[in-house]
Amino acid sequence: MAVNQKQIRLNAMQGKTPGIRQHKSLKSIRKNYVLYLFLLPAALYIAIFAYAPMYGIQLSFKSFSPGLGIWGSPWVGLKWWRTFLNSPRFGQIFMNTITISLYSLVAGFPMPIILALLLNSISAMKYKRFVQTVTYMPHFISVVVLVGMISVFFSPRSGFINTIISAFGGSPIYFLGEPGMFKHLYVWSGVWQGTGWGSIIYVAALTGVSPELHESAMIDGANKLKRIWHIDIPTILPTMVILLILNSGHIMNVGFEKVFLMQNSLNLNVAEVISTYTYKIGLIQAEYSYSTAIGLFNNIINFVILIGVNAISKKLSGSSLW
Amino acid sequence: MRVAHHRINSSLDDRIFMGVVYFLLTIMLLIVLYPLYFVLVASFSDPTYVNSGYFLLYPKGFTTLGYERVFGDARIWTGYLNTIIYTVCGTLLGVASCIMAGYALSRKDLAGRNIIMGIFVFTMYFSGGLIPFYMVIKSLNLTNTRLLMVILGSVSVYNIITVRSFFSSTIPTELQEAAFIDGCGNARFFFSVVLPLSHAIMAVIALYLAVGYWNAYFNAMIFITDRTKFPLQIYLREILLTAKTAEATPSAGQDAETIAMLEKLVEVVKYGVIVISTLPIICMYPFLQKYFIKGVMIGAIKG
Repeated sequence: MAVNQKQIRLNAMQGKTPGIRQHKSLKSIRKNYVLYLFLLPAALYIAIFAYAPMYGIQLSFKSFSPGLGIWGSPWVGLKWWRTFLNSPRFGQIFMNTITISLYSLVAGFPMPIILALLLNSISAMKYKRFVQTVTYMPHFISVVVLVGMISVFFSPRSGFINTIISAFGGSPIYFLGEPGMFKHLYVWSGVWQGTGWGSIIYVAALTGVSPELHESAMIDGANKLKRIWHIDIPTILPTMVILLILNSGHIMNVGFEKVFLMQNSLNLNVAEVISTYTYKIGLIQAEYSYSTAIGLFNNIINFVILIGVNAISKKLSGSSLW
Repeated sequence: MRVAHHRINSSLDDRIFMGVVYFLLTIMLLIVLYPLYFVLVASFSDPTYVNSGYFLLYPKGFTTLGYERVFGDARIWTGYLNTIIYTVCGTLLGVASCIMAGYALSRKDLAGRNIIMGIFVFTMYFSGGLIPFYMVIKSLNLTNTRLLMVILGSVSVYNIITVRSFFSSTIPTELQEAAFIDGCGNARFFFSVVLPLSHAIMAVIALYLAVGYWNAYFNAMIFITDRTKFPLQIYLREILLTAKTAEATPSAGQDAETIAMLEKLVEVVKYGVIVISTLPIICMYPFLQKYFIKGVMIGAIKG
């Protein structure tokens, strides 16, 4: 249901509704001037905080000097791009970003679907609601608190995780200092936090399944598992595709906040991603031009992936963002 | 489905299947619940047990010493106050601007609405990047101001689209046309017809924004240097993640015993801090759950 309306909205956005615009528009602008006033605060915000920074993108092809300003600084062509692509850290950071991101997607994408299918198949409403309420909760925990929880739970000395490991005869692991553990901690804490919230949309899509469908399948002798496979999953497939596209659009956007907070001197080789590197080069080392170039590089890759995945999905399944 | 349930007795494999379903759900429930529960329990427990990593099922050696330390820490109060200011003002600003913009964009007779929409949506997928953003803020002299902390994050294109979808499906064009024939103007229509119908969407947007402001830390980290303007999350980071806890840096004039005691409390204090910083949201949440879910649903239509 959600997706159908979405298509309609998207079509409307592309202007597929028969338009009666043209020369009437001036008159209509005057008639609806109040509506433009309504738009003004949001438009100002977007102009200042989203579009004005785009002017600064030229810095990635210039050598910025504070005295000359953005416009006056001399052009240097692709110098910063070459510097980044040839830098010994490039491969590492690029791989870290992709690895963490793909791992998150692969581990995190199916979980909400599984949870939703499980929730949908039980009939004890109270228990269902309780599980939903509890699993949604971690979504509201801040990144700082989440990373704080990771650091106390996994502490080698006082964390209860290591107590459990010891109880089963293992030896305590210093999770936070172990470079190999970084991505697992990052990804699975994300799964812990996001699974419940992510399931909402699938639970809703599943309530759209008509009971008659299940009834007739039952008369035909289909058991529950078969019904999930042949009725429930096809129902949520379009939703899955849309969310997969949206998520792939963020492949290169490993969120800054959590990675940054989880970094320490021991895991930096596996924990440096493009966004944190941009921050360090730009704001800590004050290499404005270089940092802008890295940011732009990241942005462009994201954009290309999004367009690519969207085009593929449009061809394969008919679901797309535009 | 329940009707069908009565008609056909569930077969053996269905019963096994349901057993597995309940088992898996309960496992998932416990995995999510226990860490949350543990934080609460540990914050009330004797430091000795907490420091040695006991697997707690209930508070051991009940004590509120940790909380006394937390509430005695001036940083918590400053942070709390600032965060409340930023959250309340930012949320009000954000709700107002998103509702107005979302409504305007939901109107099919708004000339240029597809172009404006396109300009807005583009920013969801493309941005100038960190440094250009930083330079804009700097050139506006907004660094280190409370105003910036209130403004940043108030407008989100995602929220505007959510509002727009809401209005497109709740305010019929006929209603507006009828009102206009009766001589009602845009402003009056918005304030006396549209707003009274939009409590649900306002709640959704307000909650999303409030959670966002409450949990935000990145902008404060890069733009705020004045400690009296730090939001709670920045202080939380100090307490939870860097060694800069008041407890761990003993000040002069404390005897060795007090210092040892304070050091013992560090972990308990961390749990206490997590509880008091997260409690407002977690407590509000069950009552407001339906709005949050509604928001996800309207957002889903938008994609």
